[in-house]
Amino acid sequence: MPALLEVRDLKKYFKTGGGILHAVDGISFALEEGKTLGVVGESGCGKSTLGRTILHLLEATDGRILFEGEDVTTPSRARLHALRRKTQIIFQDPFSSLNPRMSVSAAIMEPLVIHSGLSRDDMRSETRKLMDTVGLAERYANAYPHELDGGCRQRIGIARALALNPKFIVCDEPVSALDVSIQAQVLNLLLDLQEERKLTYIFVTHDLSVVKYISDEIMVMYLGRMVEKAPSDELFENTLHPYTKALLSAIPEPDIHCRQERVQIRGEITSPINPAPGCRFMARCPHASEVCAEPQKSEEYSQNHSVSCCKCGELNKRKEELIR
Amino acid sequence: MALSGSNDKQRKYSAFGDVWRRLKKNKPAMAGLVIIVLLILIAIFAPAIAPYSYSEQDSLHKFAPSGGEHLLGTDNLGRDVLSRLLYGSRQSLQMGLYSVAIAAVIGIVIGAIAGFYGGWLDNLLMRLLDIYQCIPMMLLCIVLAAALGPSLTNATVAIGVCSAPGYARLIRASILTIRESEYVEAARAIDASDFRIITKHIIPNAIAPMIVQITMSIGGMILSGAMLTYIGLGAQPPIAEWGGMLADGRNFMRQHASQVIYPGVCIMISVLSFNLLGDGLRDALDPRLKN
Repeated sequence: MPALLEVRDLKKYFKTGGGILHAVDGISFALEEGKTLGVVGESGCGKSTLGRTILHLLEATDGRILFEGEDVTTPSRARLHALRRKTQIIFQDPFSSLNPRMSVSAAIMEPLVIHSGLSRDDMRSETRKLMDTVGLAERYANAYPHELDGGCRQRIGIARALALNPKFIVCDEPVSALDVSIQAQVLNLLLDLQEERKLTYIFVTHDLSVVKYISDEIMVMYLGRMVEKAPSDELFENTLHPYTKALLSAIPEPDIHCRQERVQIRGEITSPINPAPGCRFMARCPHASEVCAEPQKSEEYSQNHSVSCCKCGELNKRKEELIR
Repeated sequence: MALSGSNDKQRKYSAFGDVWRRLKKNKPAMAGLVIIVLLILIAIFAPAIAPYSYSEQDSLHKFAPSGGEHLLGTDNLGRDVLSRLLYGSRQSLQMGLYSVAIAAVIGIVIGAIAGFYGGWLDNLLMRLLDIYQCIPMMLLCIVLAAALGPSLTNATVAIGVCSAPGYARLIRASILTIRESEYVEAARAIDASDFRIITKHIIPNAIAPMIVQITMSIGGMILSGAMLTYIGLGAQPPIAEWGGMLADGRNFMRQHASQVIYPGVCIMISVLSFNLLGDGLRDALDPRLKN
């Protein structure tokens, strides 16, 4: 099956006063239709920038983006307009991503007004259908965002994203601003919609339990680079990269008798401005040595499981030996 | 959070309803609003309520005292002061409102373009405004009056044009913050045109400080207008204008203080009421004060 979305060596740099900030630095992946790629990493690792660059909300510095087999890295105005119908985004913060002076129905109708060319009445009935799909009661139609809770607001954001019947949606931390109980509702809604409409998601989050629940494949990012990428179960069972290990060991275990070993990483995240060519994690990695200062390549460790750590073979062999 | 299904029309304007509800509680602002409405009514119906014409001279009754035939007396040419004050409200309000309109339109357009597009265009426009603001307002008004002849219209235009940079800066600043907001990014994600983003997303959210600025500065504009007339660059005699009346009365201030007190009080009351309303609007439009 050909990939719906393919990203090759995508880079997004920002010019800052102190130098060039490498927000996304050479990310590659392919995503099949109907699948979900979870992107995890700590704040500032470039995961949101990645999503926005793929959607052309930010212009890519280098690399290529292929959608439905077509190169859309630098689309023309008309091409971009068409592309916007097929690719959408759900924002992190439902409080700031909705215009406070637009009523619920006006906000949901806006994409239809721009793209659909339907008559007013058709748009209204379409809006009602969308509200129904995402589980918003009709009485909210003329309410304003500030009158609703986070869950309802996020449903408005989802309805907006769905309005044009897209194929691919970037979910930029769609539940991290919500209550835990509402998180589950919204996640289930997203999964139901995926099944119903064959949607393809990139799910950006820093919440590992969420990403495990929703993703087919997980990509771990650190300072703009891909650290490890594997199918969801594989990543949790067979963790290779020291950073991923540290990250996964930070998931709280609800069983008080289960004393798990915590892999701690020390120090602060290093600056993404003018980074050294070597492994980005080197400064904090407990296993770092001189070889890590050389440019790293991501390796296919096993099928579908790639990792960019030159010592990972050595490290994991040792573990296997220990087990034996 | 949950709300009852009330009918459409009521809900639609709830944002303004909220503002109105909060404004109503503010007594000084409401007093200001009442006075402003009264002033507007007086200005509209001046010919009907004024007992005399504003230019009719009665040389036998110069400086008639208050009371009697002339309620507020007459001036140095025997014109009825009350009538002149009533007619004068027309000029003052016109000056205030028109010059604000001119300033706001010019300012909003320039500020919106500079704030929205940013970059070199922003830099260029703002530096031009900097240069422009270096010219003293008074000087510009005198130049305009000298070039086009002193008149009420020219004075109004001069005041309006001179105050535009303030508006431009204000709207630019609020647009700069709104431009970076997520809902504007969300609008871009559905490929909304620049025009749509500016008119539907940015202006409605940037307009609150503008409304306050507009009301607050009407008072200032009335004052500037009176000042220009006072020095002879605004409304020309025999047109009644408060600033002009003040200028005429100045010569007889020692013997007939009422000649300057009446127009002065009128200017003060109208400026004060616009300022009070502006203050009240600022509080009412601030969404952080939700009570």
